[in-house]
Amino acid sequence: MSPDYTPEEMMTVAAARTLRDGAVCFVGIGLPSAVANLARLTHAPDLVLIYESGTIGSRPAVLPLSIGDGELATTATAVVPLPEIFAYWLQAGRIDVGFLGAAQIDRFGNLNSTVIGPYDRPATRLPGAGGAQEISALAKETYVVLKQSPRTFVPALDFRTSAGFLEGGDARARLGLPGAGPTWVITDLGILRPHPETRELELRERYQGVTVDQVRSATGWPLRVADRVDTLPPPTATELIVLRDLHARTREAHRHPALPRVRPASLSLAP
Amino acid sequence: MRFLPLRDLIAEHLQDGQTVALEGFTHLIPFAAGHEIIRQGRRDLHLVRMTPDLIYDQMIGAGCARALTFSWGGNPGVGSLHRLRDAVEHGWPRPLELHEHSHAGMAAGYTAGAARLPFGMLRGYAGTDLDRVNPQIRRVACPYTGEELATVPALNPDVTVIHAQKADRRGNVHLSGIIGAQKEAALAARTLLVTVEEVVEDLEAPLNAVIIPGFAVTAVAAVPGGAHPSYAQGYYARDNAFCRAWDEISRDRDTFLRWLDGHVRGTQDHAQFLASLEQP
Repeated sequence: MSPDYTPEEMMTVAAARTLRDGAVCFVGIGLPSAVANLARLTHAPDLVLIYESGTIGSRPAVLPLSIGDGELATTATAVVPLPEIFAYWLQAGRIDVGFLGAAQIDRFGNLNSTVIGPYDRPATRLPGAGGAQEISALAKETYVVLKQSPRTFVPALDFRTSAGFLEGGDARARLGLPGAGPTWVITDLGILRPHPETRELELRERYQGVTVDQVRSATGWPLRVADRVDTLPPPTATELIVLRDLHARTREAHRHPALPRVRPASLSLAP
Repeated sequence: MRFLPLRDLIAEHLQDGQTVALEGFTHLIPFAAGHEIIRQGRRDLHLVRMTPDLIYDQMIGAGCARALTFSWGGNPGVGSLHRLRDAVEHGWPRPLELHEHSHAGMAAGYTAGAARLPFGMLRGYAGTDLDRVNPQIRRVACPYTGEELATVPALNPDVTVIHAQKADRRGNVHLSGIIGAQKEAALAARTLLVTVEEVVEDLEAPLNAVIIPGFAVTAVAAVPGGAHPSYAQGYYARDNAFCRAWDEISRDRDTFLRWLDGHVRGTQDHAQFLASLEQP
Protein backbone atom coordinates (compact mmCIF):
# COMPACT_ATOMS: atom_id res chain seq x y z
CA MET A 1 0.00 0.00 0.00
CA SER A 2 1.40 3.40 -0.89
CA PRO A 3 1.61 5.86 1.99
CA ASP A 4 -0.92 8.70 2.33
CA TYR A 5 1.76 11.39 2.17
CA THR A 6 4.21 12.51 -0.51
CA PRO A 7 8.02 12.23 -0.38
CA GLU A 8 8.15 16.04 -0.26
CA GLU A 9 5.85 16.08 2.79
CA MET A 10 8.04 13.51 4.49
CA MET A 11 11.13 15.60 3.71
CA THR A 12 9.50 18.74 5.12
CA VAL A 13 8.40 16.93 8.28
CA ALA A 14 11.79 15.24 8.80
CA ALA A 15 13.57 18.58 8.43
CA ALA A 16 11.15 20.33 10.80
CA ARG A 17 11.74 17.69 13.49
CA THR A 18 15.47 18.49 13.51
CA LEU A 19 14.83 22.05 14.74
CA ARG A 20 14.96 22.53 18.51
CA ASP A 21 12.56 24.93 20.18
CA GLY A 22 14.13 28.32 20.85
CA ALA A 23 16.75 28.07 18.11
CA VAL A 24 17.44 31.19 16.04
CA CYS A 25 16.91 30.16 12.47
CA PHE A 26 17.90 32.03 9.26
CA VAL A 27 15.27 31.01 6.74
CA GLY A 28 15.34 31.07 2.96
CA ILE A 29 12.27 31.12 0.77
CA GLY A 30 10.38 28.02 -0.42
CA LEU A 31 11.02 24.69 1.26
CA PRO A 32 13.13 26.05 4.16
CA SER A 33 10.34 28.48 4.98
CA ALA A 34 7.76 25.66 5.01
CA VAL A 35 10.06 23.58 7.23
CA ALA A 36 10.69 26.34 9.77
CA ASN A 37 7.04 27.35 9.98
CA LEU A 38 5.91 23.74 10.38
CA ALA A 39 8.34 23.37 13.29
CA ARG A 40 7.08 26.64 14.80
CA LEU A 41 3.44 25.52 14.50
CA THR A 42 4.12 22.08 16.05
CA HIS A 43 6.89 21.27 18.51
CA ALA A 44 8.91 24.50 18.46
CA PRO A 45 6.61 27.50 19.20
CA ASP A 46 9.56 29.65 20.30
CA LEU A 47 11.64 29.08 17.19
CA VAL A 48 12.93 32.49 16.04
CA LEU A 49 12.60 32.96 12.28
CA ILE A 50 14.90 35.50 10.64
CA TYR A 51 14.40 36.30 6.95
CA GLU A 52 17.19 38.02 5.06
CA SER A 53 14.85 40.86 4.06
CA GLY A 54 15.38 42.11 7.61
CA THR A 55 12.53 40.59 9.59
CA ILE A 56 13.39 39.11 12.98
CA GLY A 57 10.94 36.82 14.77
CA SER A 58 8.40 36.56 11.93
CA ARG A 59 5.30 34.49 12.66
CA PRO A 60 3.54 34.36 9.27
CA ALA A 61 0.05 32.84 9.07
CA VAL A 62 0.61 32.02 5.40
CA LEU A 63 3.91 31.14 3.75
CA PRO A 64 5.49 34.06 1.95
CA LEU A 65 5.99 33.71 -1.82
CA SER A 66 8.89 36.14 -1.73
CA ILE A 67 11.51 36.74 0.92
CA GLY A 68 9.99 40.14 1.61
CA ASP A 69 6.21 39.65 1.68
CA GLY A 70 4.43 42.11 3.98
CA GLU A 71 3.24 39.21 6.15
CA LEU A 72 6.84 38.70 7.34
CA ALA A 73 7.15 42.33 8.44
CA THR A 74 3.78 42.78 10.13
CA THR A 75 4.21 39.62 12.24
CA ALA A 76 7.86 40.30 13.18
CA THR A 77 9.40 41.30 16.51
CA ALA A 78 11.66 43.73 14.65
CA VAL A 79 12.24 44.86 11.08
CA VAL A 80 15.81 46.02 10.48
CA PRO A 81 17.74 47.26 7.43
CA LEU A 82 19.20 44.53 5.25
CA PRO A 83 22.87 45.47 5.76
CA GLU A 84 22.20 45.07 9.49
CA ILE A 85 20.78 41.55 9.09
CA PHE A 86 23.98 40.39 7.43
CA ALA A 87 26.43 42.38 9.57
CA TYR A 88 24.95 42.52 13.08
CA TRP A 89 23.03 39.25 13.08
CA LEU A 90 24.60 36.71 10.72
CA GLN A 91 28.23 37.88 10.70
CA ALA A 92 28.17 38.52 14.43
CA GLY A 93 27.38 34.86 15.05
CA ARG A 94 23.79 35.21 16.32
CA ILE A 95 22.31 32.56 14.02
CA ASP A 96 22.03 28.97 15.31
CA VAL A 97 20.74 27.33 12.15
CA GLY A 98 20.89 28.47 8.55
CA PHE A 99 18.66 26.64 6.07
CA LEU A 100 19.82 26.23 2.49
CA GLY A 101 18.67 24.61 -0.71
CA ALA A 102 20.75 24.24 -3.88
CA ALA A 103 20.78 22.94 -7.44
CA GLN A 104 23.83 20.76 -6.79
CA ILE A 105 25.60 19.32 -3.74
CA ASP A 106 28.83 17.32 -3.61
CA ARG A 107 29.99 14.64 -1.16
CA PHE A 108 31.39 17.25 1.24
CA GLY A 109 28.23 19.35 1.34
CA ASN A 110 29.54 22.16 -0.89
CA LEU A 111 26.66 23.78 -2.79
CA ASN A 112 26.05 25.22 -6.24
CA SER A 113 23.19 27.63 -6.89
CA THR A 114 24.94 29.75 -9.55
CA VAL A 115 25.35 28.00 -12.93
CA ILE A 116 25.13 24.65 -14.68
CA GLY A 117 27.98 24.53 -17.18
CA PRO A 118 30.85 27.02 -17.43
CA TYR A 119 30.32 30.40 -15.75
CA ASP A 120 30.99 32.43 -18.92
CA ARG A 121 28.80 30.29 -21.21
CA PRO A 122 26.32 28.62 -18.87
CA ALA A 123 23.89 25.97 -20.06
CA THR A 124 21.59 27.13 -17.25
CA ARG A 125 21.98 30.37 -15.40
CA LEU A 126 20.64 29.90 -11.83
CA PRO A 127 19.76 32.74 -9.43
CA GLY A 128 23.14 32.87 -7.67
CA ALA A 129 24.36 33.24 -4.10
CA GLY A 130 21.94 35.63 -2.42
CA GLY A 131 22.51 35.09 1.28
CA ALA A 132 23.65 31.47 0.94
CA GLN A 133 27.35 32.16 0.89
CA GLU A 134 27.54 33.95 4.21
CA ILE A 135 24.91 31.69 5.80
CA SER A 136 27.01 28.64 5.00
CA ALA A 137 30.13 30.33 6.36
CA LEU A 138 28.73 32.05 9.44
CA ALA A 139 25.65 30.28 10.85
CA LYS A 140 26.61 27.99 13.74
CA GLU A 141 25.24 25.09 11.68
CA THR A 142 23.63 24.80 8.27
CA TYR A 143 20.89 22.37 7.31
CA VAL A 144 20.54 21.61 3.63
CA VAL A 145 17.16 20.53 2.22
CA LEU A 146 16.92 19.25 -1.36
CA LYS A 147 15.54 16.41 -3.43
CA GLN A 148 17.98 13.60 -4.07
CA SER A 149 18.86 12.54 -7.61
CA PRO A 150 22.05 12.00 -9.64
CA ARG A 151 21.43 15.45 -11.17
CA THR A 152 21.56 17.17 -7.80
CA PHE A 153 23.99 14.89 -5.91
CA VAL A 154 26.97 15.26 -8.23
CA PRO A 155 30.61 14.06 -8.11
CA ALA A 156 31.89 17.57 -8.95
CA LEU A 157 30.07 20.91 -8.73
CA ASP A 158 29.96 23.15 -11.80
CA PHE A 159 30.44 26.12 -9.45
CA ARG A 160 30.99 26.35 -5.70
CA THR A 161 28.55 29.00 -4.49
CA SER A 162 28.69 28.11 -0.79
CA ALA A 163 31.31 26.32 1.23
CA GLY A 164 30.49 23.06 2.94
CA PHE A 165 33.44 21.00 4.14
CA LEU A 166 35.45 22.01 1.04
CA GLU A 167 37.85 19.09 0.30
CA GLY A 168 36.85 17.31 3.53
CA GLY A 169 38.77 16.54 6.73
CA ASP A 170 39.74 19.75 8.53
CA ALA A 171 39.81 21.88 5.36
CA ARG A 172 36.92 24.03 6.57
CA ALA A 173 38.49 24.76 9.95
CA ARG A 174 41.86 25.53 8.31
CA LEU A 175 40.21 28.16 6.14
CA GLY A 176 38.86 29.74 9.33
CA LEU A 177 35.13 29.58 8.55
CA PRO A 178 33.37 30.27 11.88
CA GLY A 179 30.31 27.99 11.48
CA ALA A 180 30.32 24.20 11.79
CA GLY A 181 29.07 23.74 8.21
CA PRO A 182 26.34 21.48 6.79
CA THR A 183 25.66 19.18 9.73
CA TRP A 184 22.36 17.88 8.31
CA VAL A 185 21.35 17.13 4.72
CA ILE A 186 17.67 16.24 4.53
CA THR A 187 16.35 14.82 1.26
CA ASP A 188 13.15 13.20 0.01
CA LEU A 189 14.70 9.77 0.69
CA GLY A 190 16.44 10.15 4.04
CA ILE A 191 18.99 12.05 6.09
CA LEU A 192 22.72 12.33 5.45
CA ARG A 193 25.23 13.60 7.97
CA PRO A 194 28.97 14.30 7.71
CA HIS A 195 31.39 11.61 8.90
CA PRO A 196 33.09 12.96 12.06
CA GLU A 197 36.60 12.79 10.55
CA THR A 198 36.46 12.72 6.77
CA ARG A 199 33.39 15.02 6.72
CA GLU A 200 32.05 13.04 3.78
CA LEU A 201 28.26 12.81 3.82
CA GLU A 202 26.93 9.43 4.84
CA LEU A 203 23.44 8.03 4.92
CA ARG A 204 22.26 7.80 8.55
CA GLU A 205 18.47 7.58 8.25
CA ARG A 206 15.98 6.61 5.58
CA TYR A 207 12.24 7.03 5.34
CA GLN A 208 9.77 4.19 5.55
CA GLY A 209 9.51 2.31 2.26
CA VAL A 210 12.87 3.63 1.01
CA THR A 211 15.73 1.15 0.52
CA VAL A 212 19.42 1.89 0.91
CA ASP A 213 19.97 0.87 -2.72
CA GLN A 214 17.39 3.41 -3.81
CA VAL A 215 19.33 6.16 -2.01
CA ARG A 216 22.60 4.92 -3.54
CA SER A 217 21.22 5.04 -7.06
CA ALA A 218 19.93 8.59 -6.45
CA THR A 219 23.48 9.71 -5.63
CA GLY A 220 26.04 10.66 -8.26
CA TRP A 221 29.00 9.31 -6.30
CA PRO A 222 29.55 6.01 -4.41
CA LEU A 223 27.52 6.90 -1.31
CA ARG A 224 28.90 6.11 2.14
CA VAL A 225 26.36 4.37 4.33
CA ALA A 226 26.58 4.38 8.14
CA ASP A 227 26.98 1.02 9.91
CA ARG A 228 23.44 1.40 11.19
CA VAL A 229 20.74 3.11 9.13
CA ASP A 230 17.62 3.91 11.15
CA THR A 231 14.16 4.18 9.63
CA LEU A 232 12.41 7.43 10.47
CA PRO A 233 8.78 7.24 11.56
CA PRO A 234 6.30 8.61 8.99
CA PRO A 235 4.57 11.98 9.52
CA THR A 236 2.06 12.04 12.36
CA ALA A 237 -1.54 13.00 11.68
CA THR A 238 -0.92 16.35 13.40
CA GLU A 239 2.18 17.12 11.35
CA LEU A 240 0.32 16.41 8.12
CA ILE A 241 -2.74 18.45 9.08
CA VAL A 242 -0.67 21.47 10.10
CA LEU A 243 1.50 21.29 6.97
CA ARG A 244 -1.42 20.86 4.58
CA ASP A 245 -3.41 23.66 6.25
CA LEU A 246 -0.40 25.93 5.91
CA HIS A 247 -0.07 25.15 2.20
CA ALA A 248 -3.82 25.51 1.62
CA ARG A 249 -3.90 28.93 3.33
CA THR A 250 -0.88 29.96 1.28
CA ARG A 251 -2.36 28.88 -2.05
CA GLU A 252 -5.57 30.75 -1.31
CA ALA A 253 -3.69 33.92 -0.29
CA HIS A 254 -1.52 33.97 -3.43
CA ARG A 255 -4.29 33.19 -5.90
CA HIS A 256 -5.86 36.61 -6.21
CA PRO A 257 -4.39 39.50 -8.19
CA ALA A 258 -3.73 42.53 -6.01
CA LEU A 259 -3.96 45.66 -8.13
CA PRO A 260 -3.44 48.84 -6.12
CA ARG A 261 -6.48 51.05 -5.65
CA VAL A 262 -5.08 54.24 -7.05
CA ARG A 263 -6.42 57.46 -5.59
CA PRO A 264 -5.93 60.14 -8.25
CA ALA A 265 -6.43 62.87 -5.61
CA SER A 266 -2.90 62.40 -4.34
CA LEU A 267 -1.52 63.28 -7.78
CA SER A 268 -2.77 66.83 -7.55
CA LEU A 269 -0.92 67.45 -4.30
CA ALA A 270 2.41 67.71 -6.09
CA PRO A 271 3.08 71.37 -6.93
CA MET B 1 14.78 69.02 -4.45
CA ARG B 2 12.09 69.41 -7.08
CA PHE B 3 8.72 67.81 -7.70
CA LEU B 4 8.40 66.55 -11.26
CA PRO B 5 6.04 64.31 -13.17
CA LEU B 6 7.63 60.87 -13.56
CA ARG B 7 8.22 61.39 -17.28
CA ASP B 8 10.29 64.54 -16.67
CA LEU B 9 12.02 62.99 -13.66
CA ILE B 10 13.49 60.26 -15.89
CA ALA B 11 13.97 62.47 -18.98
CA GLU B 12 15.94 65.11 -17.08
CA HIS B 13 17.94 62.98 -14.68
CA LEU B 14 18.71 59.59 -16.16
CA GLN B 15 20.93 59.25 -19.23
CA ASP B 16 22.11 56.45 -21.51
CA GLY B 17 25.25 54.71 -20.30
CA GLN B 18 24.87 55.58 -16.62
CA THR B 19 25.21 53.27 -13.63
CA VAL B 20 21.72 53.07 -12.21
CA ALA B 21 20.31 51.36 -9.11
CA LEU B 22 16.57 50.84 -8.70
CA GLU B 23 16.57 49.45 -5.18
CA GLY B 24 13.88 47.88 -2.99
CA PHE B 25 14.19 44.40 -1.53
CA THR B 26 10.93 42.79 -2.74
CA HIS B 27 9.04 45.63 -1.01
CA LEU B 28 8.80 49.14 -2.54
CA ILE B 29 10.42 48.22 -5.87
CA PRO B 30 10.18 51.27 -8.16
CA PHE B 31 8.39 49.50 -11.01
CA ALA B 32 6.77 52.64 -12.43
CA ALA B 33 10.18 54.30 -12.78
CA GLY B 34 11.59 51.18 -14.47
CA HIS B 35 8.71 51.18 -16.93
CA GLU B 36 9.28 54.85 -17.71
CA ILE B 37 12.97 54.10 -18.40
CA ILE B 38 11.80 51.44 -20.87
CA ARG B 39 9.30 53.86 -22.49
CA GLN B 40 12.02 56.45 -22.98
CA GLY B 41 14.27 53.83 -24.58
CA ARG B 42 17.33 54.26 -22.34
CA ARG B 43 20.33 52.19 -23.51
CA ASP B 44 23.69 50.91 -22.26
CA LEU B 45 22.79 51.21 -18.60
CA HIS B 46 24.86 49.44 -15.99
CA LEU B 47 22.06 48.22 -13.75
CA VAL B 48 22.70 47.63 -10.05
CA ARG B 49 20.29 45.80 -7.73
CA MET B 50 20.70 43.09 -5.14
CA THR B 51 17.76 41.15 -6.58
CA PRO B 52 17.13 42.06 -10.24
CA ASP B 53 13.53 40.82 -9.82
CA LEU B 54 10.83 41.28 -12.46
CA ILE B 55 11.70 44.93 -13.04
CA TYR B 56 15.24 44.26 -14.31
CA ASP B 57 13.97 41.19 -16.18
CA GLN B 58 11.75 43.62 -18.08
CA MET B 59 14.47 46.26 -18.55
CA ILE B 60 17.04 43.66 -19.69
CA GLY B 61 14.52 42.09 -22.09
CA ALA B 62 13.71 45.59 -23.41
CA GLY B 63 17.39 46.12 -24.24
CA CYS B 64 18.15 48.88 -21.69
CA ALA B 65 21.16 47.21 -20.06
CA ARG B 66 24.75 46.40 -20.99
CA ALA B 67 25.87 45.28 -17.50
CA LEU B 68 24.37 44.03 -14.25
CA THR B 69 25.74 44.13 -10.71
CA PHE B 70 23.63 41.82 -8.56
CA SER B 71 23.58 39.13 -5.90
CA TRP B 72 20.47 37.00 -6.55
CA GLY B 73 18.70 36.83 -9.87
CA GLY B 74 15.49 34.84 -9.56
CA ASN B 75 11.72 35.35 -9.46
CA PRO B 76 11.28 34.86 -5.69
CA GLY B 77 9.38 31.70 -4.84
CA VAL B 78 8.59 31.10 -8.53
CA GLY B 79 11.82 30.28 -10.39
CA SER B 80 13.97 31.83 -13.09
CA LEU B 81 14.05 35.32 -14.50
CA HIS B 82 13.77 34.18 -18.11
CA ARG B 83 14.79 37.47 -19.76
CA LEU B 84 17.91 37.68 -17.55
CA ARG B 85 18.70 34.07 -18.40
CA ASP B 86 18.20 34.62 -22.12
CA ALA B 87 20.61 37.58 -22.02
CA VAL B 88 23.26 35.61 -20.12
CA GLU B 89 22.81 32.29 -21.91
CA HIS B 90 22.14 33.53 -25.47
CA GLY B 91 23.02 37.22 -25.55
CA TRP B 92 19.41 38.26 -26.33
CA PRO B 93 18.51 41.02 -26.97
CA ARG B 94 22.16 41.84 -26.30
CA PRO B 95 24.98 40.37 -24.21
CA LEU B 96 24.97 41.26 -20.52
CA GLU B 97 28.18 41.74 -18.56
CA LEU B 98 27.80 40.32 -15.02
CA HIS B 99 29.35 41.67 -11.83
CA GLU B 100 28.21 39.13 -9.31
CA HIS B 101 28.25 39.34 -5.53
CA SER B 102 26.60 37.87 -2.46
CA HIS B 103 23.90 39.85 -0.63
CA ALA B 104 26.29 40.65 2.20
CA GLY B 105 28.88 41.82 -0.33
CA MET B 106 26.47 44.20 -2.03
CA ALA B 107 25.19 45.47 1.31
CA ALA B 108 28.80 46.23 2.28
CA GLY B 109 29.37 47.95 -1.08
CA TYR B 110 26.34 50.23 -0.68
CA THR B 111 27.21 50.99 2.95
CA ALA B 112 30.73 52.04 1.92
CA GLY B 113 29.27 54.02 -0.96
CA ALA B 114 26.90 55.93 1.32
CA ALA B 115 29.83 56.78 3.62
CA ARG B 116 32.06 57.70 0.62
CA LEU B 117 34.62 55.13 1.74
CA PRO B 118 36.55 53.36 -1.05
CA PHE B 119 35.54 49.84 -0.14
CA GLY B 120 33.32 47.71 2.07
CA MET B 121 34.60 44.88 4.22
CA LEU B 122 33.10 41.62 5.36
CA ARG B 123 33.78 38.07 6.46
CA GLY B 124 32.69 36.49 3.25
CA TYR B 125 33.40 34.79 -0.06
CA ALA B 126 35.94 32.41 1.54
CA GLY B 127 36.06 28.92 0.05
CA THR B 128 33.81 29.80 -2.89
CA ASP B 129 34.20 30.39 -6.64
CA LEU B 130 32.69 33.88 -6.70
CA ASP B 131 35.97 35.70 -6.12
CA ARG B 132 37.42 33.69 -9.03
CA VAL B 133 34.83 35.11 -11.46
CA ASN B 134 34.60 38.60 -9.96
CA PRO B 135 38.09 40.18 -9.76
CA GLN B 136 36.60 43.10 -7.81
CA ILE B 137 36.35 40.87 -4.74
CA ARG B 138 39.69 41.18 -2.97
CA ARG B 139 41.26 40.65 0.46
CA VAL B 140 42.77 42.90 3.09
CA ALA B 141 44.61 42.04 6.30
CA CYS B 142 43.19 43.58 9.47
CA PRO B 143 45.87 46.00 10.75
CA TYR B 144 45.08 45.02 14.35
CA THR B 145 44.67 41.24 14.30
CA GLY B 146 46.05 40.18 10.92
CA GLU B 147 42.75 38.46 10.08
CA GLU B 148 42.15 38.29 6.36
CA LEU B 149 38.85 39.92 5.34
CA ALA B 150 37.04 40.21 2.03
CA THR B 151 36.61 43.62 0.39
CA VAL B 152 34.27 44.90 -2.28
CA PRO B 153 34.58 48.30 -4.00
CA ALA B 154 32.10 50.95 -2.87
CA LEU B 155 28.91 51.02 -4.92
CA ASN B 156 28.22 54.62 -5.98
CA PRO B 157 25.53 54.65 -8.66
CA ASP B 158 25.23 57.71 -10.89
CA VAL B 159 21.51 57.52 -10.16
CA THR B 160 19.56 55.63 -7.50
CA VAL B 161 15.79 55.40 -7.78
CA ILE B 162 13.65 54.30 -4.84
CA HIS B 163 9.93 54.18 -4.17
CA ALA B 164 8.55 55.24 -0.78
CA GLN B 165 5.18 55.62 0.89
CA LYS B 166 5.24 59.38 1.45
CA ALA B 167 7.00 62.64 0.90
CA ASP B 168 6.09 65.99 2.40
CA ARG B 169 6.11 69.25 0.44
CA ARG B 170 9.77 69.83 1.22
CA GLY B 171 10.66 66.48 -0.28
CA ASN B 172 11.47 64.72 2.97
CA VAL B 173 10.83 61.06 2.20
CA HIS B 174 9.44 58.46 4.64
CA LEU B 175 9.83 54.69 4.14
CA SER B 176 8.47 52.00 6.41
CA GLY B 177 8.26 48.22 6.46
CA ILE B 178 10.97 46.11 4.86
CA ILE B 179 13.51 48.71 3.77
CA GLY B 180 16.25 46.50 2.34
CA ALA B 181 19.34 48.52 1.47
CA GLN B 182 17.46 51.53 0.10
CA LYS B 183 18.83 54.07 2.54
CA GLU B 184 22.39 53.03 1.73
CA ALA B 185 21.75 52.87 -2.03
CA ALA B 186 20.01 56.26 -1.88
CA LEU B 187 22.83 58.00 -0.04
CA ALA B 188 25.50 56.28 -2.15
CA ALA B 189 24.15 57.85 -5.36
CA ARG B 190 25.16 61.11 -7.02
CA THR B 191 21.55 61.68 -8.07
CA LEU B 192 18.65 60.41 -5.97
CA LEU B 193 15.23 60.10 -7.57
CA VAL B 194 12.22 59.11 -5.49
CA THR B 195 8.71 58.07 -6.45
CA VAL B 196 6.08 58.11 -3.69
CA GLU B 197 2.56 56.86 -3.14
CA GLU B 198 1.47 60.30 -1.99
CA VAL B 199 2.61 63.76 -1.05
CA VAL B 200 1.32 64.84 2.35
CA GLU B 201 1.32 67.99 4.45
CA ASP B 202 2.86 66.19 7.43
CA LEU B 203 4.69 62.86 7.37
CA GLU B 204 3.46 62.11 10.92
CA ALA B 205 6.51 59.91 11.25
CA PRO B 206 7.44 58.51 14.66
CA LEU B 207 10.89 59.22 16.10
CA ASN B 208 13.56 57.02 14.50
CA ALA B 209 11.46 56.48 11.42
CA VAL B 210 13.40 56.01 8.22
CA ILE B 211 13.46 59.47 6.70
CA ILE B 212 15.59 60.70 3.85
CA PRO B 213 15.74 64.49 4.25
CA GLY B 214 14.73 66.54 1.22
CA PHE B 215 18.16 68.14 0.87
CA ALA B 216 19.60 64.71 0.00
CA VAL B 217 16.93 64.12 -2.66
CA THR B 218 17.31 65.33 -6.26
CA ALA B 219 13.67 65.03 -7.33
CA VAL B 220 10.38 63.44 -6.30
CA ALA B 221 7.45 62.22 -8.41
CA ALA B 222 4.09 61.22 -6.96
CA VAL B 223 3.17 57.88 -8.53
CA PRO B 224 0.31 56.11 -6.72
CA GLY B 225 0.63 52.35 -7.12
CA GLY B 226 4.18 52.92 -8.36
CA ALA B 227 5.57 49.74 -6.81
CA HIS B 228 3.07 47.31 -8.33
CA PRO B 229 3.46 44.28 -8.64
CA SER B 230 5.78 44.81 -5.69
CA TYR B 231 3.94 46.43 -2.78
CA ALA B 232 3.78 49.42 -0.49
CA GLN B 233 3.16 48.47 3.13
CA GLY B 234 0.03 50.21 4.35
CA TYR B 235 -1.19 50.89 0.77
CA TYR B 236 -1.44 47.63 -1.18
CA ALA B 237 -0.14 44.07 -1.04
CA ARG B 238 2.37 42.27 -3.25
CA ASP B 239 0.65 40.93 -6.35
CA ASN B 240 1.89 37.38 -5.95
CA ALA B 241 -0.54 36.18 -8.64
CA PHE B 242 1.13 38.52 -11.15
CA CYS B 243 4.60 37.38 -10.07
CA ARG B 244 3.54 33.80 -10.80
CA ALA B 245 1.99 34.80 -14.14
CA TRP B 246 5.26 36.52 -15.10
CA ASP B 247 6.87 33.09 -15.43
CA GLU B 248 4.71 32.31 -18.47
CA ILE B 249 4.73 35.84 -19.90
CA SER B 250 8.52 36.07 -19.83
CA ARG B 251 9.48 32.54 -20.84
CA ASP B 252 9.12 33.19 -24.56
CA ARG B 253 10.59 36.19 -26.43
CA ASP B 254 7.49 36.92 -28.49
CA THR B 255 5.07 36.64 -25.59
CA PHE B 256 7.32 38.92 -23.59
CA LEU B 257 7.55 41.53 -26.37
CA ARG B 258 3.78 41.46 -26.84
CA TRP B 259 3.32 42.05 -23.11
CA LEU B 260 5.91 44.85 -23.12
CA ASP B 261 4.38 46.55 -26.17
CA GLY B 262 0.86 46.18 -24.85
CA HIS B 263 1.35 47.23 -21.26
CA VAL B 264 4.51 49.33 -21.02
CA ARG B 265 5.49 50.83 -24.38
CA GLY B 266 1.86 51.09 -25.39
CA THR B 267 0.77 53.04 -22.30
CA GLN B 268 1.46 56.69 -21.52
CA ASP B 269 2.04 56.41 -17.81
CA HIS B 270 1.69 54.22 -14.75
CA ALA B 271 -2.03 54.87 -14.25
CA GLN B 272 -2.64 53.61 -17.79
CA PHE B 273 -0.32 50.66 -17.16
CA LEU B 274 -2.35 49.65 -14.09
CA ALA B 275 -5.61 50.11 -15.99
CA SER B 276 -4.26 47.93 -18.82
CA LEU B 277 -3.73 45.06 -16.39
CA GLU B 278 -7.41 45.01 -15.50
CA GLN B 279 -8.26 44.06 -19.06
CA PRO B 280 -8.03 40.34 -19.70
